[in-house]
Amino acid sequence: MAGLITALILLPLVGALFVSASRPNSARGIALGFTVLSGVIAFLLWRNFDSAAAGMQLVERHPWIPSIGAEYLVGIDGLSLLLVILTSLVFPFALLAQRLSGGACALLLVMQAALYGTFTAQNFILWFLFYEMSLIPGFLLIKIWGGENRDRAATKFFLYTFLGSVAMLLAFLGIYFAKGTFDFAKLAELARSGPLLSGKLGWIAFAGIFLGLAVKVPLFPFHTWLPDAYETAPTGVSMVLTGVLSKMGVYGFIRLLLPLFPREIHALGPWLLGLAVCSIVFASLAAWAQSDLKRMVAYLSINHLGYCLLGLFAVSAATARPAVELQAALSGVFLQIFNHGITAAALFYFVGLLEERRGSRGIHDFGGLMQRTPLLCGWMSVAMFSSLGLPGLNGFIGEFLIFKGAFALAAVATAVAVLGLLFTAVTFLRAMQLLFSGPRTESCSTLPDLLRREKLVIVPVTLLMFAIGIAPQFVFNIFNTTVIQMTRLFV
Amino acid sequence: MTSWTAANFWLIPLLPLAASLLILGFAKSHRGVAIGLAVIGQLTTLSISIAAFAWTLGTPGARGVQNFTWFTFGEQAVRIGCVLDPLAAAMLVMITLVGLCIFVFSKGYMAGDKDFSRFFAYLSFFSAAMLGVVIANSLLLLFVCWELVGLASYLLIGFWIHKPSAAAAAKKAFITTRIGDLGFFLGLLWLYRSTGTLLFYDNGNGCLESAGLLAIGSSSTFIALLIFSGAVGKSGQFPLHVWLPDAMEGPTPVSALIHAATMVAAGVFLVARVYPIFSLGAIDGVTPSLTVVVWVGVITALMASLIAIAQADIKRILAYSTVSQLGLMMVSLGVGGVAAGIMHLLAHGFFKALLFLGSGSVIHASHHEQDIRKMGGLRKLMPVTFVTYAIGMMALSGVPLFFAGAWTKEEVLHATAHWPKSQAPYFLMLAGVVLTALYMTRQMIYVFYGSQRRNIDLQSVRPEGLEPAESNAAENISAGRTGHSPMFRPESIHESPPVMTRPLIVLAICTIGLSAVLTPAWPWLHDYLSGESAHFDFAQLIQPMLFISLALVAGGIALGVLIYRRAGLTDPLQQAQPALFRFLENKMWLDELYAHTVIALSKAAARVSNWMDRFVWDGLVRAVGGIGRFLGSFSAGVDERGINAVVDESVGGARGLGRLMSRFHSGQVQLYLGAVAVAVLALLLFYAWLA
Repeated sequence: MAGLITALILLPLVGALFVSASRPNSARGIALGFTVLSGVIAFLLWRNFDSAAAGMQLVERHPWIPSIGAEYLVGIDGLSLLLVILTSLVFPFALLAQRLSGGACALLLVMQAALYGTFTAQNFILWFLFYEMSLIPGFLLIKIWGGENRDRAATKFFLYTFLGSVAMLLAFLGIYFAKGTFDFAKLAELARSGPLLSGKLGWIAFAGIFLGLAVKVPLFPFHTWLPDAYETAPTGVSMVLTGVLSKMGVYGFIRLLLPLFPREIHALGPWLLGLAVCSIVFASLAAWAQSDLKRMVAYLSINHLGYCLLGLFAVSAATARPAVELQAALSGVFLQIFNHGITAAALFYFVGLLEERRGSRGIHDFGGLMQRTPLLCGWMSVAMFSSLGLPGLNGFIGEFLIFKGAFALAAVATAVAVLGLLFTAVTFLRAMQLLFSGPRTESCSTLPDLLRREKLVIVPVTLLMFAIGIAPQFVFNIFNTTVIQMTRLFV
Repeated sequence: MTSWTAANFWLIPLLPLAASLLILGFAKSHRGVAIGLAVIGQLTTLSISIAAFAWTLGTPGARGVQNFTWFTFGEQAVRIGCVLDPLAAAMLVMITLVGLCIFVFSKGYMAGDKDFSRFFAYLSFFSAAMLGVVIANSLLLLFVCWELVGLASYLLIGFWIHKPSAAAAAKKAFITTRIGDLGFFLGLLWLYRSTGTLLFYDNGNGCLESAGLLAIGSSSTFIALLIFSGAVGKSGQFPLHVWLPDAMEGPTPVSALIHAATMVAAGVFLVARVYPIFSLGAIDGVTPSLTVVVWVGVITALMASLIAIAQADIKRILAYSTVSQLGLMMVSLGVGGVAAGIMHLLAHGFFKALLFLGSGSVIHASHHEQDIRKMGGLRKLMPVTFVTYAIGMMALSGVPLFFAGAWTKEEVLHATAHWPKSQAPYFLMLAGVVLTALYMTRQMIYVFYGSQRRNIDLQSVRPEGLEPAESNAAENISAGRTGHSPMFRPESIHESPPVMTRPLIVLAICTIGLSAVLTPAWPWLHDYLSGESAHFDFAQLIQPMLFISLALVAGGIALGVLIYRRAGLTDPLQQAQPALFRFLENKMWLDELYAHTVIALSKAAARVSNWMDRFVWDGLVRAVGGIGRFLGSFSAGVDERGINAVVDESVGGARGLGRLMSRFHSGQVQLYLGAVAVAVLALLLFYAWLA
């Protein structure tokens, strides 16, 4: 099935063209059609993917700019496939969440194509192109369709990520001049035998890439763009930002930083672990203090991605590296990437439903909802419990594995990070108490419960949470071989 | 049949789970179907439990183990499984039997509630999770079920979610127990790291078997204490006990099942389950971790029984009594009396459920009055409740011979007396015996004896948060016939309907009947639990120590009668010792202490984090931006003054970096590519210069 990946990337772009040319009231339908179609292609990719085989699969390689050695090189391994599937799940979910105008739909499709590209590109130039291509629709979506303070939030979002990208680009040019290739696999191979760049240059290049990725994830203290952006963005865009865009950073850490700069990241291990723990603890504390539901979910997003980075930094910081713990941490990170994409998107979806009904989303604007909208409360509780890591739901398995691996590799940092689990629970229980419990309030006495179309959206998503929580093997099958292959790099 | 049981006992938790899902999915508006499904689920699981119990009896020393792979990450399989041994089997029977009684009782108690079906769905779900805790053969599966039990508890405490006090209590319970659970989680991770498996029994390779214990080695104290912190949270041990009395906000059957008989005992069960880790490297039966268990238990038991003396709410007295009894069980485990502790757990499950259901019957009959000082004389009005309650009271106080609790308490005291490290726990436990007899006598006198003490306006005595319109089912049944009367009328108090009294009778019979298998003369259950065969020895019945506790129980009851005989609305103790009474009545101000220390600190930390984010970190970012702007305008200024101002005017476009920077801030995307180009150029020059 050659060309499948290219088709995957091109289809949303074609869709964006169609949407731009269509009449306003049919735009969302067309956009949905195209995302579903690309979902079908993603499914075909999954079917054609040999989960037992190591290395990149379904590779497409064409010369592009021979003078600088840039090729069109795409392929997937378990990690890429996982993210492609996640993208294909979150985008339809986001498009269903909210009525968006044609322009917004087209931009979302461009973003989807960019994300597919980012997760499949295997050399830097191509990867960077897609990486940046996702930024501009994000910026415009916030800037044009955002809520209050959208200008400030959009600018902040753009400048932050843009500066990070420039740093990253400079670093990669440095690597290119030293080694003469942009190919990820070749660079990783070179990095295994010796540093890509020697001395200070190596550190400068590392710092550049690290900065770009740390902003994107985001890692404390490079995160302050995120609450503003997520709060302001329309529901569907927030879902995509947290569900998929935030994963680009984690993906970058796994695909670029860990293989290319193992020495630097190892040397800085304790510091990076400290930052990850700060991300986890401070973000969960800050979430507790929020009164805007969207902002609260945004902070918890930082917290949950903090667990991913905790796992990755524990892997790279440890001196003794038993394979079982490395595999636990990496598998946990991979699963957490997927889980967080689903759960956080669902949480934003629910906040969107509440906002749509009530006209505001302050945590104190609601009360006694359980009596008025029991179904909405019930399903929303499932998403919240999934996010706080209740066993039986998806969140638990990922966090359990991350903590298992990280505790063995970096016990102290992990023990402190457990506080994040506590404050996440406090945050959600506070929210549930304020929103759902208590006597029926005047302001919420007319809100409708879940509508049929909303049920159709949320039921499959919730079932997925249960499925991963109870029998997660089908997700592990996607990336187990990739995990094993990656751990060989570290042992 | 027996081999079928050994192969299929994993069905035990799944049957109530299926019932729960079916109710939630299909029977939400069909009360009859809901209760039917719940009871059938419970009945079938009870019969399998009894068969499982019979299997463990019939094959002494056998341990049924079934392990399977849950999932595989990388090359590693995560395996979980179920285990059937005497410890699990005895717990299974107690939980399912008590559970069934409570299900039936709830049918009457919750009859008028609009969320009747949801209640039974939650109750069945709880039952499933609790049974899962008991038969788990993996600390991971145990933890999973442990958390689900916590979820069920949260949902059921907050069942009347319109009551703000119930919602607050539910949240408090979940968070307080989660604090302990995080310690448990770390202990689990540590154990996993040390042994490479979380299976308890796995043909010699489990973490509780020789190879595993060898691998744990010297870290056993830390692992044990971390796991114990989970038990402290769940079993209401000091200092995490504060959630349990508040949990009484839930419907009374919930208090009986979850917060008296089963879930709160899960902590004790957990310690018993992983006892080999606690006792690893023991010298003379003493390890540092077990010593901690003993002292936590002692403090908890004494503190709770002291507080119980000054409580006025019938359910809160029982709640503190539960806390204190759990402390007693912990002491027993700590001093090495595992079988004694578990026996007390089992007996306690029956008589405490009996007491709670009895209190439910009382509360139901007296229109949701929970203040014992305002009750009285119910002996004649509610004979069945009275007799059964008295049986429960005697079992709890430790009146010997015919009541289950007495023998088991005796066993515990016996074990404590022989603790090599110190005699102090034994004497403190004896003081606890007196206190228990005292507060239970107080409660009996207030509720069932004397005359009506409450001829007062009902409005003033309604429990907090419960407004007339929000009254639940029980009230509707009893008050329904006469209509809601704001004034209390003694004649409106009557015995509860048979659906509620029959479970009381069954539990009372169990409480008495159980005493037959608990006597030291025929230590059948004890030896079953510790894997030995029992011998009948009548001489064991009469031991000198028995007389000590007999005297203390009698003394406690006599003291109670003496003090509370003529008690009025004001507590006699309150008149005699107002300061002490206030201290105990306010639960030693521990809630207030926590509110002003740990909770206040965390809240402050949350606010500080938010503030740091908004002002410091974001401020830094803006400061960097500001410096950029400043440099920009500075160079612009230099431009304007240093270079010909006229040129500047005429060109018009070149307004310096300041403008450039502010254009950045307006977010014009065209700039972006330009900037990239400039940066690339700069970099090329930089590398050229390096080369």
